[in-house]
Amino acid sequence: MKISYNWLKEYVDLNMSAEELANKVTLTGIEVDSVIHPAAGLKKIVVGYVEATKPHPDSDHLQLCQVQISADETVQIVCGAPNVAAGQKVIVALPGSRIANNEKIKKGKLRGEISNGMICALQEIGFSDDVTPQAYADGIYVLPATAEVGQPVYGYLGMDDAILDLEITPNRADALSMRGVAHEVAAIYGEQVHFPAVKLAEATKPASTVLQVKVDDVQDAPSYNLRVIENVTIKPSPLWLQRRLWNAGVRPINNVVDITNLIMIDHGQPLHAFDYDQIGGQTIEVRRAQAGEKLTTLDGNDHDLTPDDIVIANDTTALNLAGVMGGLGSEITNKTTTVILEAAVFEPTHIRKTAQRFNLRSEASSRFEKGVNRTDVLTALDHAASLIADLADATVLAGRLAPTAITPENVTVTVSTKRINQVLGTTITTAEVKAIFERLGFGVTEAAGVFTVSVPPRRWDIAIEADLIEEVARLYGYDRLPETLTASASTPGLLTPRQKLIRRLASNLEANGLSQALSYALTTADKAAAFKLKASQPTSVDWPMTVDHATLRMNLISGLLDDLAYNAARKQQNVALYEQGRVFLKQHATTVRPHELEYLAGAITGDWQLGAWNQPAQPIDFYQLKGIVVSVLAEFHLTTAPEFVATARHQDMHPGRTADILVGNQIVGFLGQIHPRIGKQYRLPATYVFQLDLEQLLALEAQLVVYTPVARYPAITRDVALVVDETVTNAALEATILAHGGAYLTDVHLFDLYAGRHIDAGKKSLAYTLTYQNPAATLTDAEVTTAFDKVIAVLETEHGATIR
Amino acid sequence: MSSLQEKLSALQKQGIEEIKKSDDLKQLNNIRVNLLGKKGPITEVLRGMRDLTKEERPAVGSFANKVRDALTDSIETRKQALEAAKIEHQLAQEKLDVTLPGTPIQQGTHHVIMQTVETLEAVFLGMGFKVVLGYEVEEEKYNFEKLNMPKDHPARDMQDTFYINQDILMRTHMSPDEARTLEQHDFSTGPMKMIGPGRVYRRDTDDATHSHQFFQMEGQYIGEQVTMADLKGTLSFAIRQFFGAERKIRFRPSYFPFTEPSVEVDISCFKCNGAGCDVCKHSGWIEVLGAGMTHPNVLKAAGVDPVKYGGFAFGLGIDRFAMLKYGIDDIRQFYQNDIRFLSQFN
Repeated sequence: MKISYNWLKEYVDLNMSAEELANKVTLTGIEVDSVIHPAAGLKKIVVGYVEATKPHPDSDHLQLCQVQISADETVQIVCGAPNVAAGQKVIVALPGSRIANNEKIKKGKLRGEISNGMICALQEIGFSDDVTPQAYADGIYVLPATAEVGQPVYGYLGMDDAILDLEITPNRADALSMRGVAHEVAAIYGEQVHFPAVKLAEATKPASTVLQVKVDDVQDAPSYNLRVIENVTIKPSPLWLQRRLWNAGVRPINNVVDITNLIMIDHGQPLHAFDYDQIGGQTIEVRRAQAGEKLTTLDGNDHDLTPDDIVIANDTTALNLAGVMGGLGSEITNKTTTVILEAAVFEPTHIRKTAQRFNLRSEASSRFEKGVNRTDVLTALDHAASLIADLADATVLAGRLAPTAITPENVTVTVSTKRINQVLGTTITTAEVKAIFERLGFGVTEAAGVFTVSVPPRRWDIAIEADLIEEVARLYGYDRLPETLTASASTPGLLTPRQKLIRRLASNLEANGLSQALSYALTTADKAAAFKLKASQPTSVDWPMTVDHATLRMNLISGLLDDLAYNAARKQQNVALYEQGRVFLKQHATTVRPHELEYLAGAITGDWQLGAWNQPAQPIDFYQLKGIVVSVLAEFHLTTAPEFVATARHQDMHPGRTADILVGNQIVGFLGQIHPRIGKQYRLPATYVFQLDLEQLLALEAQLVVYTPVARYPAITRDVALVVDETVTNAALEATILAHGGAYLTDVHLFDLYAGRHIDAGKKSLAYTLTYQNPAATLTDAEVTTAFDKVIAVLETEHGATIR
Repeated sequence: MSSLQEKLSALQKQGIEEIKKSDDLKQLNNIRVNLLGKKGPITEVLRGMRDLTKEERPAVGSFANKVRDALTDSIETRKQALEAAKIEHQLAQEKLDVTLPGTPIQQGTHHVIMQTVETLEAVFLGMGFKVVLGYEVEEEKYNFEKLNMPKDHPARDMQDTFYINQDILMRTHMSPDEARTLEQHDFSTGPMKMIGPGRVYRRDTDDATHSHQFFQMEGQYIGEQVTMADLKGTLSFAIRQFFGAERKIRFRPSYFPFTEPSVEVDISCFKCNGAGCDVCKHSGWIEVLGAGMTHPNVLKAAGVDPVKYGGFAFGLGIDRFAMLKYGIDDIRQFYQNDIRFLSQFN
């Protein structure tokens, strides 16, 4: 809401600077986004009088104008505007002046002819195209004949004003008007508002002789009021009115339309003007649209109406979308001679829905949605009618046509000084509180610190005690409230074990060289469904902004691959990322709300070991990644060790380089290389990923760390190299060794894997170090040999192993 | 002096000369063997003691031992010197170019959004708040209804919502957690103090200043004696912890459906220190969070008596905090995960 300071001063006595006012208003309740001084930066721009023009001898469109710029000085100015003519009062930027965008105007020559400055269009002195009157949009602006030659133009154009741009929150719709803001400012400074009385002269002819009005459902339009105005002359508004409009950001159109806009800005009451001769008949009806009914609005768009839409209609046809937009055909034109003026209160929800459905949010509809000052509806209507009478030389017929009417009533709310201080933590006195309510213009009675406050309808945002406490707090000043740290019972501020573990996982991965990523949870349907750990139906939003962000992820890997691809496209080939976040799973397509599960995933592409002067680069491989995953899993201290089982069940993963991670019989995750087909889609080289279901892992049994004394007796090791078939896994061999290693076997360590020369085709050699230790005594060689030989024998029979 | 003693003196003199001249350990060892070994001259001389008289023997014997000791000491001294020299020499050979780069160790970084979350969490944990994590896919009633935003409330326009269906939506703010926690809290165990950080979603087109996904943190403190002065004290403390003790803080009225009175909190601009610049849009102030005293309707909706209990709630944008603190100018960077971006925040 753009507030003209000059206009505001007509309603409240104010003498501080606009900036000071803006700061005070901001700190008291309504944020002032900016203060604009339209004339700021402009210099030496004056009223000129065009005495004569003649064509430029060397141009087909330039004119040589003789322009009087002071009582005794006339100069030549070259002008290219099509509408320049002798006899006009114009805006002249003198040599040495500054116009918009800090541009400097100098005396110069245009195609050989001297030009002593410039005749300006409104846009050239800082007006936006949005507010420039249509007649002057493509040419210079013509000032009224009364403008005084040689005087600065700013006052004539309202540019000596200061404009406060207010950010009105939805609850303070009362401040969407000059009068509402005047009340607010008056309360802040303890001043009184003074609004001039409306003097309306009515003709003797009653309006009811030319128009019948009906409201179908009083709920839809609890207050509906029309006036009929005859003998209207449509013409441009006087300059004082135009300046108010453009300073409020509204383009002047013609007197009748401008008056409806002016009244909306002044009173906050939207008005609508119909051309009486174009409504088709003598009846106006407020009713619901019929299914299938059509209406073309002012903007030329056709709409299919529904019974949810309130319309203003004649006998048969909808004319307007009530409170939202007028229809094409009954609007005010240059030929209009009789005007129907409407001031109403419409049901907010329907206005909001209609405006939303047809995408027709307007200044009017947003006011009807948020509410209007019900005490001011009739005043606004009469004020407009009187202005039309004055400015369009018109006659206002007698009487309002008002099939519905409301009696606005004050709302009574009680609050005590004690309660105010209890909520605010203050020691405000009863007298101070009383003074605040009085400044706000509320009726107030007080007994023993308890106030009964009578709130006028112009502050329809106030209904309960908390609302009054806010009024007291903001007028008392938020800056005057003390700052305390509460004295109530202390509470433990601790992360839960789950929160702590998740933080530890992050630290672990970062220490292992992976950086944390945060990807989009909404992605494409395909990416959402890839890399699933378990079957799930997708969850999609109803009206996505784009297909790229339409479906909730059911895995974290797709997002990480997007990230890697983003990096790769920017020549960042060696990237290791992880993400901890939620996936959204549900079993049945009919379920709406998915389960939200915490997952952890990682993705590594390019070189894991970076090449350096002392080491070769090494691309990421399965075993590097497995080492990282094992390190992460170790954080859980699971009582059952995780197993890695080869799998080809993941269609987005390399079938030979992927393992499911099992704890007992639960699949808690997987790791491996992404399928080269997927790699190609993302334009990534060999990329390795893992994904863990933290919910499952967190639910598994974990063991507390228990200290075992460090053994005091020496350990004995035995190395063995086993030649087995290629298909025999390390896990199988280790399991056998551990199962048959005897009581003193404490560790099995694979230290070599070999296939090739000296090993038969189809075979491989695995070499292990077995460590034996007796915590209670020194082991003898004989004891170890017995145990060792027994294991070897089992390996030979169970796995066909031969000792190398 | 007997001739034996003279011989020994000569041997000592000659031996010490040789020891001094020796310049490697092997040579020194040879000298030792030659001088003091079983076949060496000293042994030889001592063998000649058989020919001496009983009276002469002790003096010569004692003298011989002194010579032997002197030579042994001398050898030992020389040995240490030579060993030291050898090590010196070896170390001189082992000199490195210490300016060569160290072997690269991969180190990941914590995302700046999570760093911001955890910094704030630490501040509030220290004040006795707990961290509550709610649902990203929420029920409409927790996202709006129970927060004093019934259907058709104009404030819903402030938040464009991704709906799954008419009852289920992507949460548009972190306040639903407050409503849920409030419902579950048992006030006989003390006041309710919680913060809830997490992802929120808005129907927005992504650009430098808008993102359809971002992070917020909300907090709520409800008890029997919690005042707006406590709101100011708590939030001032937290903001100064995060943005620096020298920041000026300003509280001004605002509007949120779920609080009354409502507060917007500004800090003095850290670029211009209040003088006015592009960062603060020439106001000298930067808006950092919204807060207020929890609306009685919110308490009632959660089954909490608004006469007995009251308190404050606040909400802040994690992305905005991070952008302000580090001068990040494009919100999309948080979710593109360019490694050159991520790795700066280590």
